[in-house]
Amino acid sequence: MALDSSKTTGFKYVGTRPNRPDGLDKVTGRAKFGADAYAPGMLHAAIKRSPHAHARIIKIDTSKALAMEGVKAVVTRADFATGLEGEFGDILENVMAGEKALYDGHAVAAVAATSALIARDAIKAIEVDYEILPHVTDVDAAMQAGAPVIRAGAADASVPEGLHPNVVRYYESGHGDVEAGFAEADLVVEDHFVTEATHQGYIEPHACLGTLGSDGKGELWCCTQGHWYVQKVCAACLGLETSQLRVTASEIGGGFGGKTTVFIEPVALALSRKANRPVKLVMTRSEVFRASGPTSSTSMDVKIGMKKDGTITAAQGTFRLQGGAFPGAPCEMTAMCAFAPYDLKHVHQVGYDVMSNRPKQAAYRAPGSPMAAFAVESVIDELCGQLGLDPIDTRLKNASREGTRASFGPTWPRIGLVETLEAVKAHPHYVAPLKKGQGRGISCGFWFNHGGETAVSLALSEDGSAQVAVGTPDIGGSRASMALMAAEVLGIPYEDIRVTIADTATLGYNEISHGSRVTYASGLATIKAAEDAVQKLCGRAAAKWGIPEDAVYWEDGYAKPSGPNAGDFEPLHIDEITATMGATGGPICGHFEATPEGAGVSFAAHIVDAEVDPDTGKTSVVRYTVVQDAGKAIHPTYVEGQFQGGAAQGIGWALNEEYIYGADGRLQNAGFLDYRIPVASDLPMIDTVIVEVPNPGHPFGVRGVGETSICPPLAAIANAVSNAVGVRMRQLPMRPSRVLEALESAADG
Amino acid sequence: MSKTHVTTKVNGDEVEFLCDPRETLLDVLRDRLHLTGAKEGCGTGDCGACSVTVDGRLVCSCLMLGVEAEGKEIGTVEGIAEGETLHPLQQKFIEYAALQCGICTPGILVATKALLEKNPDPTESEVRYWLAGNLCRCTGYDKIIRAVMDTAAEMREAS
Ligand code: FES
Ligand code: FES
Repeated sequence: MALDSSKTTGFKYVGTRPNRPDGLDKVTGRAKFGADAYAPGMLHAAIKRSPHAHARIIKIDTSKALAMEGVKAVVTRADFATGLEGEFGDILENVMAGEKALYDGHAVAAVAATSALIARDAIKAIEVDYEILPHVTDVDAAMQAGAPVIRAGAADASVPEGLHPNVVRYYESGHGDVEAGFAEADLVVEDHFVTEATHQGYIEPHACLGTLGSDGKGELWCCTQGHWYVQKVCAACLGLETSQLRVTASEIGGGFGGKTTVFIEPVALALSRKANRPVKLVMTRSEVFRASGPTSSTSMDVKIGMKKDGTITAAQGTFRLQGGAFPGAPCEMTAMCAFAPYDLKHVHQVGYDVMSNRPKQAAYRAPGSPMAAFAVESVIDELCGQLGLDPIDTRLKNASREGTRASFGPTWPRIGLVETLEAVKAHPHYVAPLKKGQGRGISCGFWFNHGGETAVSLALSEDGSAQVAVGTPDIGGSRASMALMAAEVLGIPYEDIRVTIADTATLGYNEISHGSRVTYASGLATIKAAEDAVQKLCGRAAAKWGIPEDAVYWEDGYAKPSGPNAGDFEPLHIDEITATMGATGGPICGHFEATPEGAGVSFAAHIVDAEVDPDTGKTSVVRYTVVQDAGKAIHPTYVEGQFQGGAAQGIGWALNEEYIYGADGRLQNAGFLDYRIPVASDLPMIDTVIVEVPNPGHPFGVRGVGETSICPPLAAIANAVSNAVGVRMRQLPMRPSRVLEALESAADG
Repeated sequence: MSKTHVTTKVNGDEVEFLCDPRETLLDVLRDRLHLTGAKEGCGTGDCGACSVTVDGRLVCSCLMLGVEAEGKEIGTVEGIAEGETLHPLQQKFIEYAALQCGICTPGILVATKALLEKNPDPTESEVRYWLAGNLCRCTGYDKIIRAVMDTAAEMREAS
């Protein structure tokens, strides 16, 4: 009997809100994060970074540093593997510059010493001769003829002839005939939008502790969203066999996509190999800003045609993403997400991935999607305003639903956008009166979500409790969700399950915790591993009773005889079976190793009330409501937390946060004082509504929830501010000076 | 550089250490005393992850030198619970899911405990402004504020 515990209703544990299993560790200070590990004989490392945005490295003289008391090793690019290409080649080039420093903050050398103070002093003693080259940090400027070339030959085959070599990837999709569609419209609005680069802003800087011997065997502890990926990348950068490097993920102090790649781990390992001692390497906050993943900045053009009744007749968008000194800006994602919420007969979207002298962009929560929503949802707001249409009714009229052909090609399966918009319409916030100086904005947002390679193993103990080993770092309470799903299948209490984040030596490959995949994919894997264990439990009961295995079923933690044998035997509780498992066939474990493909896309819509101070131009968000389809909320409190966290990050992106570069190509605001993320006094309570339209691709209906929540806020807040000041806000962040300019232009106009 | 001998009290226990005059109190707590509950989020006084109390006063331990701890009483997150009994704030933070990643939590707990000792009946705005120096990137603060307000109410009732 193939066991199948799929269901979307009638849950006992799923949907409840128990305390998280790692709660005590985290409120007492004993949870161990990246920088909290120490080893006997450990050295401290520091990295020398380029002060130039673009420069040829003529010579690196490390002799003075090496001569210092307490300095045990210095590494440069010469201490890493050679001949790497593609993704790993780019990562190594970013981890340690080769011939050129490509951005302000690019690593050029590193030191390990007996104390952090000595390491920092030694960095200053390293002398680097540079030949300074012209640089470019703006996306539009980087595409212009004559712009400095970051790296010749970096473009792939997707890029049409005649574009600047800094354009390294090109994406185009759509269907219908947009010109014909625009001709049918009663009103066409076309506008240009700009967003600045922002940082994920996790509070924990990148940190690791590495040990590598001359035998090619290593141990690495680090804060990462994906330790198998770190293992693979480090092995490549250092010329090791992958399996010889064991990577353990620490507790992770926030990632949001920024810890899906590798920045410092190969450096710690290279230093360790040279010094033959464990090496700890922790980024400072300014290094985090200068050299770890910001988002792309963007320059976008969006054109939408609408009939008087609100029907969208055609939509077209061009999205240029600045991705730093390497290929990889998510231009396809931006283009694909842009019009995804809408059922369009005529649609066309284009994306450009553009290199510049900035740090390599990294994923940030639904990478690329929030910017697209900002441009598209602003134009829709403008159309609704000019045509006197209700913004929710208009979106409902055009909403994608099951069977709609998506703007980027596929046909939508069961999706929850209509239910989400209806929940917005029904929310008291949507009709609450506004005060003078306030404006309301709404926006839709879309994200794909992802499955990916996943391995989970579940072992039963003699007393009937269960240990679950998962391979996806717990960023925001996922251990609790895993335990709830395992409890549901096994029929044992949540408290009887212990979930551990396993190291790379313990499980098969687990893809990074990204794409909102953890509750979906590791959750599915946990359910399947539990079903596998239940199957074996039923087998042991069948053997004991002398009946066929498929004549036993599992209910509420008991094996029970079914069919013709129903009632013949007393049900066996899980702990009765596990108590004797050594004698009945050995340990009982469940496994799942596969690549689940059924991740369910998710849509959200946010309502924002913003108040603008006419004297200072400062915007306050006075009320905020998030409505999002979660498919099925396994632990609703943590789902709400994801909704709130995404909204808060979006508020920062919309109002304050930006990378500011000087004319010299140096980052001007590499600290939390000048790069201001929202603080408690900036924000209101953030109301949440969880919509549940089950994802057919998950046994319990789960959709990813972590990322979609950052898609609508930029647009929703821009619409609110635009409606408050009476001027369309086309550029983020809407800092006070920019809002004041808008107010002045309104007064002049 | 020669090191300085410092005698201080941390969470009620007498401790001695030698430190470089350039080391911060946070460096000393973490690297010399291995009390890693206080975190370094910025090292510049902007994030509050390193919050501790010094003679009862809330400070960023990244902005104070280790040598300045001489003769003082330091309180860190490791000293908030009493034996196996969690402080009501710790309990409520777990119940309210007032943490996602938890890196900001030690600092926020130390800061809010100091607030409630000064002001057992804060308004929501007072809590928000008191915590304006403690960055949390995960939660949007909503559940943190609720947890603090509820703890304050419960502690008032209990006293
Ligand atoms: S580490 Fe001290 S305030 Fe950030
Ligand atoms: S819970 Fe992650 S920073 Fe606050």
